[in-house]
Order: sequence, then structure tokens, then C-alpha cells
Amino acid sequence: MEAALDLIVPILAATLRVATPLILAALAGLFAERSGVVDVGLEGKMLAGAFAAAATAAVTGDVWLGLGAAILASSALALLHAFACVTLRGSQVVSGMAINVLAAGLTATLALAWFRQGGQTPALPPDGRFQPIALPGAQWIAEVPLLGRLVVGVLGGHTAPVYLALLLVPLAAFVLWRTRFGLRLRACGEAPGAVDAAGVSVAKLRYAGVMIAGLLCGTAGATISTAQGAAFSTDMTAGRGFIALAALILANWKPWPVLWTCLLFGLLDAVAIRLQGVPVPGLGVPFPVQAVQALPYILTVILLAGFVGRAVAPRAVGIPYVKER
Amino acid sequence: MRRHLLAALCGLALLAGPAAAQQEVRPAIVFDMGGRFDRSFNEAVHRGGQEFQRATGIQVAEFEVTAEPQREQALRNFARRGQDPIVAVGFAQRAAVETVAREFPNTRFVVLDSFVDLPNVRSVLFREEQGSYLAGMMAAMASRSGRIGFVGGMDIPLIRKFACGYVQGARAVNPQIQVFQNMTGSTPAAWRDPVRGSELARSQIERGADVIFHAAGGTGRGVLQAAADAGRLGIGVDSNQNHLHPGHVLTSMLKRVDVAARLAFEEARAGRFTGGRQVLGLAEDGVGVAFDEHNDRLVTAEMRQRVDRARAEIVAGRVSVHDFMTDNNCPVN
Repeated sequence: MEAALDLIVPILAATLRVATPLILAALAGLFAERSGVVDVGLEGKMLAGAFAAAATAAVTGDVWLGLGAAILASSALALLHAFACVTLRGSQVVSGMAINVLAAGLTATLALAWFRQGGQTPALPPDGRFQPIALPGAQWIAEVPLLGRLVVGVLGGHTAPVYLALLLVPLAAFVLWRTRFGLRLRACGEAPGAVDAAGVSVAKLRYAGVMIAGLLCGTAGATISTAQGAAFSTDMTAGRGFIALAALILANWKPWPVLWTCLLFGLLDAVAIRLQGVPVPGLGVPFPVQAVQALPYILTVILLAGFVGRAVAPRAVGIPYVKER
Repeated sequence: MRRHLLAALCGLALLAGPAAAQQEVRPAIVFDMGGRFDRSFNEAVHRGGQEFQRATGIQVAEFEVTAEPQREQALRNFARRGQDPIVAVGFAQRAAVETVAREFPNTRFVVLDSFVDLPNVRSVLFREEQGSYLAGMMAAMASRSGRIGFVGGMDIPLIRKFACGYVQGARAVNPQIQVFQNMTGSTPAAWRDPVRGSELARSQIERGADVIFHAAGGTGRGVLQAAADAGRLGIGVDSNQNHLHPGHVLTSMLKRVDVAARLAFEEARAGRFTGGRQVLGLAEDGVGVAFDEHNDRLVTAEMRQRVDRARAEIVAGRVSVHDFMTDNNCPVN
């Protein structure tokens, strides 16, 4: 039993760490797409956030200022997205992709120009990074046989963004399903005409959805460069924005399922890291890591093909709203 | 017609050459993805170019490739503008160099880490297995747990070669030592994912590894960071990375790409440039392990002595380190 715990506890702890930016980014996508705006620019906003956080933290030595800068940078891109999609009624997918390309080029160029380290930022001092937080009362919980070790090992010793992401899931569920604002936001994604007829501004709500996405993406980016990493380097988000999008689709655009799918993708990643090079019992050959790495995408494709349940997108997502005369 | 003219001009240049003793060169470097200041492979080449520039006052042109199709364009642009010789950094440039070197048979190219069979191309290869062998010996001597780790970048034979040499060196010190091996991924993105690098290192540390060697470019920064955060030791690669976390980087496996680049420029200038295969190992000081003020407290006298002895034996041919790329197989794992 102890041996099993030795294996399971680090994998589950790694799952939480790896899943954190995914949860934040997927929740960002949730708010944007529930309001009716497709957001394929999660990746770019995260990258901008990662750069702003690492650059600010490197200069000021303060991780919270870094987080603030990340949110600002990501929100600026979100505002651009909202302006293009809501005010100008442009193509939402194109605008999202443009943001990805813009962020990839801009972060690399600015990093090169400001820090002269080939698109990297200087390594952060301890105060410039999110440090692990000890679980309050950890020593008493750990006394509980088996379960205690599991709880402390898995939930304890993470950085602030991990706990923040876990708290944001119920908050997002509450806001979207239990408040007037959330109800109207979701209505914008399903039947904007009805919202408009009720005398509520569709444009304002969509702006709000996209801006909340900007805020969350910035936090996700700061997590990557100042909690998980200790510097920014070019393209360091490495496709996590697209994985988050896949998680959002797999979760059917609902907050709690978003948590589960992100944790599932995180678990797959953690298991892939652990099992790499380990011979599969009975097979004799090492574990094919590529297969595990491809699983999130394969699962999404299978879902979209309708094999396991159905992914139902908000009905009006991707369609610019034109006020009826 | 133009070709004849060119040949005639070249002949003239050759005649004029010996009189001036030194030929005019317009050297250029095309970096691989990862960029000039990656604190690793590309940066080392950049340093070699800068040394040449300082010593001779000759400007070294540089280009940083940021997307796949740029490789060929960059090489062709340099060749068209009369840059010569042109150093292409990294195995990924092999195909581009081959194409462009055919188009410009009078321009001299140097490709690092790969082999192109053309008369105007010098292919510089390194005996990474020998340097990694020494790094493995040091890791095994520094390890208290009897478990050490390796994190590679993209899963390609070249990186397996590092891993294989490392394991052989570690086993030479401690035949029972356990070595965890991880590769970051199977696409070029695997060179630029420090977050994944640090996750891989943490997973090895949690299994008991206390020294971790990386051969993963930018991803390796995460590996060294995770090792330092956990109070364990990392081993750097390509450039001397001991200074990144002083006291937490045991050593760095050096690949003297800077020497290779500088030599190519100097030899071209002296008119002694040759094409073909050039293999740099311990004997040529093309690879090695770094000792400096940042790791002198970590390296014991015994460690130093055994490494020096092993180095001498490899140079003398009494110890041979298996090269993974000869048969795509490693005798140990």
C-alpha cells in the first residue's frame, strides 16, 4: 500500500500542477464562448501574459506585480479581440489566430530587444516566483493513516495559482448559472436576439465575456512563467491554449466538466512523464509516450465525431450579432 | 557564360591569394531555432564568431532562423550576397545546406552536427558520447542515492547518443547505478518547453535521482531550475552552464562549437579551409567537461583525478565509448 502511494501521490500532485494553466485557460474560453465569441486566441493571450509576468517580475522582483502585468497584457489583446469581433463584427476565428501570431512575434521581439538574451527573460529571483505554500495544519492531517498522506501529498505544497484555479471553478459555475449576469451572458451565446429584445446590450455582455477571458488567460500565462517556470522563453506555452480549447469542447462548455477534463489531460501528461521508458508489463517494450501525448486530441476528435455523447456548442457562438431593425 | 566568367574570376582570386597571404573572407552564421542567445548551443557558435570578429576586425554576419522555411532562404541570401564561409548550426539545417551548397559550388559551407557529402561543405561532428561519458562518471561519483537522471530534448539518435555515453560513464564508476531517461517530445517544440523539462526533472527527483544531466536546449533551463529548487545537482550541456545556478550545477558537458566555427573562419582566411568530415572528440578538445569557480566546491579531488584519467585513456584508445549512432543501439540502459 505504501509503495502504491509512493507512485500515486507524485503523479496526482503533478496532475494538479500541469492542469492549472489548462483550467484557467479553459475557464477563459468558457466565458468568451458562452457569450457567443469564439476564442482560439487563448494561446496567444497566455503567451503575452507569460512574457509580461516574467519581464515585470525580473525587473521589479515582485511576483504579484508580474501577475498584474500579465493580466494587463492579456486583457489588452482581449480588448482587441472584442473590438474586432463585437464592434467590427469580423471573423472571430481569424481574429483569434491573428492574436496568436501577434503574441508569438511580439513577445519574442520585445524579449530580444529588452533583455538581449535571445527571446528569454533573465532567471527570476525567489521573490519573483510563486513559492510553494504549505497546507495549513498539514502535520495533523498527515497523522491520519493513508488518507492523510494522500491529502497532504497531493493538495499540499502547491503554488498560489493552483489553489486559485481550483477556487475559480465553483466561482465560475456560480456566476454563470446562479447570477443575473451569468444568465444574460449565456443567453447572448444562445439567442442574442432575445437578450436584445429584453433591452439588454449584447455588445456589452460580449465585451464582458471576452475581457474576463483576458483576465483568466493572463493568470494562466503568469502561472506558466512565474510559478511553473522561472523565466519566459519563446513559445513557452507550447500549445497549451489549444489543449485548453479541446478540454472546453470535451467538457461541453460547462464549468465543472471543464475541471474534470483539464484534470484528465493533466493526468495523461503526468502519467506520460512517469511511464516514459518504463517497460510495459507483459509487453516488454517501453511505453509509447507519443500515444499518450496524442490522447487529448484523439479524445476530442472522437467526441466531435459523436462516439461518446455529443458536444453541443452555444448556438450563437461565432456569429456576430447584428441588431434587428 | 556567366559560369565561365565566375570560374575565371575565381582563378584570378586564387592567383591573387598567395600574394596577399591572407584571403578576404566574409563569414556568416545561420543559427538554428532557439536563437543566438539560448545560453547553449547557438550561443556557443555566436561566441566563436565574436572571438574571430574581435581578433580580426572582420564582421561576422548572423541570421536567426525562427521558422522552418527560413533556413534555405537565409543560406541562399548569404551565399548570393557573397558571404563565405557560411556556418549552419544544427542537424536540422542538413537538407537546406545540401540544396544551397549545390547551387553555390564556390561558396564554402560548414554544417555543425550533421554530414553533407559535397566538396564545398565541411561537416563538423562531435564525439558527444565521450564528453557525456565523463559527465556520467561525475554524476555517478556525486550521487549519494545511486540513482541519476537524463532529460533529452527531441527524441532523435543524436540525443540518444548523449544518453548512451552518459550511462556508460556512470556504469564505469558504479555498475549498479540506476539511470532514469526521459525525452521531452518528438517535435522541435521539445527544445523550447522549460515547464515540461522541469516536470520531467521533478519526476526523476521524486524517484530518487540526485544528479540530472540535460541535453535539451531551452527545455534544459527548466531541468536545471528544478534540480536547483530541490537542492539536487544538474549537469549543463553544450555551453558552460555552471553559472546559471552556482553550487547546483555539477558540471557542463561542453561541445566546443565555438572552436569549430572560429577554426573554420580562421582556416578560410589563411587559405587552408578543407571540406569533408571533421570529427572532434576529447583528443581534439572538441568535447569535455567544465570546471570553473562555480562548481569547484562540488568537484572533489578524486572526481577530478578519475575524470582526467578516463579522459587520457579514451584519448589513448584504451577505453572506447560506444557511439549510439553507429548502430542505433545502446549496450547499456
